[in-house]
Amino acid sequence: MNAPQTLNFMPSEGFRARSKAVVENPFLRKSFRGAMDFLTAKRAAQFPDVEELESLRTLGERIRQYNLAKLPELLERLEINLTRNGIKVHWAETPDEANAIILGICKAHAAKLMVKGKSMVSEEIELNHAAEAAGIGALESDMGEYIVQLAGEKPSHIIMPAIHKTKEEIARLFAEKVPGVAYTDNVDELIQIGRQVLREKFREADIGLSGVNFAIAETGTLCLVENEGNGRMSTTVPPVHIAVTGIEKIVEKLEHVPPLYSLLTRSATGQNISTYFNMISGPRKPVEKDGPTEVHLVLLDNGRTQAYADDQLRKTLQCIRCGACMNHCPVYARIGGHAYGTTYPGPIGKIVSPHMLGLEATATLPTASSLCGACGEVCPVKIPIPDLLMRLREESFSAPRANPAMRGQGAGYNATISAIWRAWAAVYRSPRLYRLATWLGSRFNGLTPSRQGGWTSVRVPLKPAPKRLRDLVKERQ
Amino acid sequence: MNARDRILAKLRAAAPATAGDQPDVAGWYVTHRSVETGAEKAARFRHFIELAHAEVYAVPRGGWLQKLYEVLSAKAIASLLVAPGTPHGLRAREGLVELGIACPGYDRPVEEWKAELFTDTPAAFTVARAAIAETGTLILWPDADEPRLMSLVPPVHIVLLDAGRIYNTFFEAQQAEGWAEGLPTNALLISGPSKTADIQQTLAYGAHGPKELVVLMIGEE
Repeated sequence: MNAPQTLNFMPSEGFRARSKAVVENPFLRKSFRGAMDFLTAKRAAQFPDVEELESLRTLGERIRQYNLAKLPELLERLEINLTRNGIKVHWAETPDEANAIILGICKAHAAKLMVKGKSMVSEEIELNHAAEAAGIGALESDMGEYIVQLAGEKPSHIIMPAIHKTKEEIARLFAEKVPGVAYTDNVDELIQIGRQVLREKFREADIGLSGVNFAIAETGTLCLVENEGNGRMSTTVPPVHIAVTGIEKIVEKLEHVPPLYSLLTRSATGQNISTYFNMISGPRKPVEKDGPTEVHLVLLDNGRTQAYADDQLRKTLQCIRCGACMNHCPVYARIGGHAYGTTYPGPIGKIVSPHMLGLEATATLPTASSLCGACGEVCPVKIPIPDLLMRLREESFSAPRANPAMRGQGAGYNATISAIWRAWAAVYRSPRLYRLATWLGSRFNGLTPSRQGGWTSVRVPLKPAPKRLRDLVKERQ
Repeated sequence: MNARDRILAKLRAAAPATAGDQPDVAGWYVTHRSVETGAEKAARFRHFIELAHAEVYAVPRGGWLQKLYEVLSAKAIASLLVAPGTPHGLRAREGLVELGIACPGYDRPVEEWKAELFTDTPAAFTVARAAIAETGTLILWPDADEPRLMSLVPPVHIVLLDAGRIYNTFFEAQQAEGWAEGLPTNALLISGPSKTADIQQTLAYGAHGPKELVVLMIGEE
């Protein structure tokens, strides 16, 4: 049995190589480009009125900031109201703690099979590996998640996990991995195959696991957004339901939900609403005939309190996980989700992952951006993603400081490069030094090295001209 | 200190001094969503839920049973799961059994008949508590008489909706009905049959839930 995979891997390492591999693969390039264009167009069609969009984004931002400002109080109120409703609340600081809580509940019920609705937090904590190591089957039931799990992969997009796969690849995968299935690349048939397999599993499962889109403090309610019905299956059919979520996904009032829900579905997939909106406020009552008899909520920190502690970085926690930033990102569209090496890819992944994994593991991720600003412009809750990317670059590449705001601050610091830039800045601040430096450069340009690090990997070396502009002007006078 | 106390302590130490005023959600809806007449709301509801692939039939108050029978006949469905503890469920059973449609009731805990529910229940009939015009959405509050899985497991879900119960928006529905005062164990918004676009962005219906959603919309006479 495999040991559970812990989260000490280094997404920064190999990032360039993984990106290059995707960029050089025309099929993957086409898959991502096509999917991103499709999602971008669908979102645009949902927001024909620019004023409406802007005012709704402003309201969404206000709601998220208001609720984050009251977060500690709201978490306590949520716990009180959930507990009153019969839902048991657990708290975890780390992925290992969250897994231990979830697997502890499984063991208490002698569970063999856990069926999972879509949950990115469960990906974040690597629950499937931990469950497998504990001898408990963990089966993904969202069609996209089911496909990537069959393929032994991870989601490449937070909303559309199998976006990198063509239907022919999925057809081959089903024919190979699902017993008794012949090759078909008819999408309806493929979905029906998944439906049949998973319906058996919903009936068998001892535990249903889900994420949470919004947790409402005043009513003690967990809200789930989905189209397929697997979330409802996972939270209704098995005798025990465990929900797992980050501590930031709280709203104080039920009335905060409609604007956020509208922003979420319209931004994510360009739908005016999802097929299902499932509001869970307690386990089955004695008179009721279905629903789980036990409901648990696991609240996970995993670096979120670090983001919370800084006024600017706190904005990261406004995220409602719609994925619009990745759909509109020119970098994501070219390298896809796997290249990042983190659970959350794309622009949101670049600003949230450093808090989860530390900058030691993620230092280069914030540099994978042209700062074109598209992510910030489409964000339904107005997270200033480009500003946060700049901030994280500074945190990564500045000299290590005492009491840093972030774990791993200065991880990308290089004393030589830093000294070169400091010298450059000094030269450009002083006219005399500038004249001297350009004079030396033009007179001794034969001494410039032919290999200049990353610059010369795809370009000719930089070499000062033999005569400065200043010299040329002088000659003409 | 345990994990809970440590998390809360870190958050409290960093929380802003004030959260500011409550977000003005009501104000946004007043300025951005119009209040429509009953007929307009019914038309808007119908437009959007049909876009999401649901079938909608407008029926007179006394005529839904006839339409229900016609829908079942057209789909060659010989058995309909009903909620005999509800007035509409009882009426459906009374009216349909004599026309040759079996009407089993959801009258025992799911554990006692899971296999039958999953494999031998082609359709179910429930009521919608209300609906939302803006998005073409049904609101269901399952309860002991009409349990949650009726609207999820059978491949065809037929819903009875009173057109007089259509709200303009989700916000209006929860305000008008005072949801913040208390929600049932499970409340649902349903806006079409189950679907997915997870394979190459190709839309397919009947992913895990019902493949077909039929709305019998009772109009004013």
